Amino acid sequence: MTTTPVEHPSKQRRRHKLAINRLRESEGLDEAAVDAFVAEHAVPVVEGSKCTFLFRGEADEVWVRHRIVNQPQRVPMKRVPGLSLWWVTIELPEGSRVEYQLEIRRGEHYEHLNDPLNPHVAHSPVGSSSVCHAVGYTTPDWVLHDPDSRPGELHDLQFHSKALRRNTTSRVYLPARFRRTTSYPLLVVHDGDDYLNYAAMKTVLDNLIHRLDMAETIVVFSNPADRLREYPNYAAHARHISAELIPSLHERLPLIDRPDARCLMGASFGGVASLSVAYRKPDLVGSLLLQSGSFVFTDIGDEHGGGPAFDPVVKFMNRYRERPRKVAERMFMTCGVYEPLIVHNRSMVPVFESTGTTVRYVEARDGHSWENWRDRLRDGLSWIFPGPQRFVYE
Amino acid sequence: MPTEPHITFLGPQRTPRLDEVVASLGLHGPFATVNAGWQEREPEDELLDSMLGGRSHNLHLWRRMQQLWEADPEFAEADRERRDVLEEMQQLYLQGLDHAMAAITELHQHTPRNAWVMETALADTERIVRDLDARHLERVAEVHAEFWSRTTPHERAELAEAREAIAVELSDVEAVVIPGGHVGVLLGALHLFNIAPALDVPVVAWGAGAMALTERVVLFHDRAAHGPAVAEVFAPGLGLVKETVALPSARERLDLANHDRMAILARRFAPSRCLLLDAGAQVHVGADGRLPAGATVIGPAGSAQPLEAA
Repeated sequence: MTTTPVEHPSKQRRRHKLAINRLRESEGLDEAAVDAFVAEHAVPVVEGSKCTFLFRGEADEVWVRHRIVNQPQRVPMKRVPGLSLWWVTIELPEGSRVEYQLEIRRGEHYEHLNDPLNPHVAHSPVGSSSVCHAVGYTTPDWVLHDPDSRPGELHDLQFHSKALRRNTTSRVYLPARFRRTTSYPLLVVHDGDDYLNYAAMKTVLDNLIHRLDMAETIVVFSNPADRLREYPNYAAHARHISAELIPSLHERLPLIDRPDARCLMGASFGGVASLSVAYRKPDLVGSLLLQSGSFVFTDIGDEHGGGPAFDPVVKFMNRYRERPRKVAERMFMTCGVYEPLIVHNRSMVPVFESTGTTVRYVEARDGHSWENWRDRLRDGLSWIFPGPQRFVYE
Repeated sequence: MPTEPHITFLGPQRTPRLDEVVASLGLHGPFATVNAGWQEREPEDELLDSMLGGRSHNLHLWRRMQQLWEADPEFAEADRERRDVLEEMQQLYLQGLDHAMAAITELHQHTPRNAWVMETALADTERIVRDLDARHLERVAEVHAEFWSRTTPHERAELAEAREAIAVELSDVEAVVIPGGHVGVLLGALHLFNIAPALDVPVVAWGAGAMALTERVVLFHDRAAHGPAVAEVFAPGLGLVKETVALPSARERLDLANHDRMAILARRFAPSRCLLLDAGAQVHVGADGRLPAGATVIGPAGSAQPLEAA
């Protein structure tokens, strides 16, 4: 038997002293030294799994606010005595991507703001947040513009929906090299404009198709009016997708007319919308791509704690869980381990599998956010509609 | 002109050395090029032509295939139906294969109480995989045979004309060069225009071009975007290179460090040899269509090794 000598923790601490602690313990620490420290370091300061958040300014209290489930979500920062520097170190596992804001109290006044020292900001329909990239996280290169990728085209598609009793606006993505003599699979995306604006989905499609990771696909980015009403198991929405939107696309574009060549996708409530449309319209689609689906359910009673918006979701999910049935041949699910929905998503995997559906489930150290959904697109899209890469040999 | 095929396989030509290779083979042209695997980029062959000293003639098989389908809609429809059937066959074969390969992985993870029991179980499961491969290849061949017998290519004026024109174009070339690209499209074009009989001149091929010349085309990608894919038999090739499974860009596409996985691959296709065609590779296939000693293949233990002399 061999043993590996283990260093005493105090020795390890000395050897791996965090930058903030070296600063605090330095002699003659003053504002100029803090200026230099902030200029030298990217903020948050990431050292292994330790991420040190900083704030400079006058305040009575400062907190880091994040939404990592099962962790204190309002973490107080400490002030370096006599100076304008506030700090706190939070442990984040490798590969984590965490969105956060700072909360500042000055007297009775509370303010939420993005971290002024951190240039990384994520955007969403409800505003923006600062982003901490923990050690090991890198923004995938395929989400960034690649000048070698031939761009597809986006076209507006507007028509009046009898089912929804409103005008609808969708964007239709045609891949580069689109030809009317070829037939394409169809992907219907819920919250379409949000996927385009906050998850860089057009760039992602251009890149994945260019790199042969994904088949040339026609993608329709559909948009809701009131997503909290239309997305959780709403009959009119299912009618709109199945009897209006998809048939209208088939009339206009060369699409493969088979369920296995059609996929519905969505995130959060958009995931519920995708699942419920497939549930209401059997044989409409062969696959679903569900990201952080809001699959809230209860095992006992109806109390779910999600507020009224979740009532129809819980009713639908409870009914589905009572009598699960196959709604698609293949299902790609993703969820962030830092979001409260992780429990519900994990719980649904065996339920979907029990129906005979082939399920691929991917977790990430991320939250309920558009950049999380963006970062999982390659895994999902290349599995749902694989590109010709397996046929192409240089 | 030699009557036996004289074939040279190369590794990928990202840093092209085709000019050096043809010079070393004493070939000066004219050359015919078949780059149908590039599909709509088929005409973009300036670099290829320059590597061949400006003495190449592109057969434009992909363009001709499009023209043929346009001119003969009945034939195009029959071909589309064939592709539909083959696609579904491939999908279902792959589903069965996935399960069989998963079983092999599970068996490998078993802690044996009796080594021979485990070895027997593994051998049985690997035999199932080989059976699946063989049956799939037979059925694919049957679908192709049925297609050709039903569509009577000799009686189709446009196809017969194209074949004749291509045969004339090939009649005075010194060698044929077949680069990589989409192996399905390339193979389809080679069959459609009946190119095999004309390949009695020296042939230089790489990537999909090399795969198409073997007896069976095996698709593989351990580094696919959605995770390692199971190697799958795709179709019979032209069969000019015997007992060889060509694996272009092997270092990029295969997990060569995983010797267990590679050993399974080698056993699965034995007695054929899994030939690694990486950058810089140059393999001169013998006149008998067999690999020469020294070609880099996957050995029984799963590591890359030079092929021993027969």
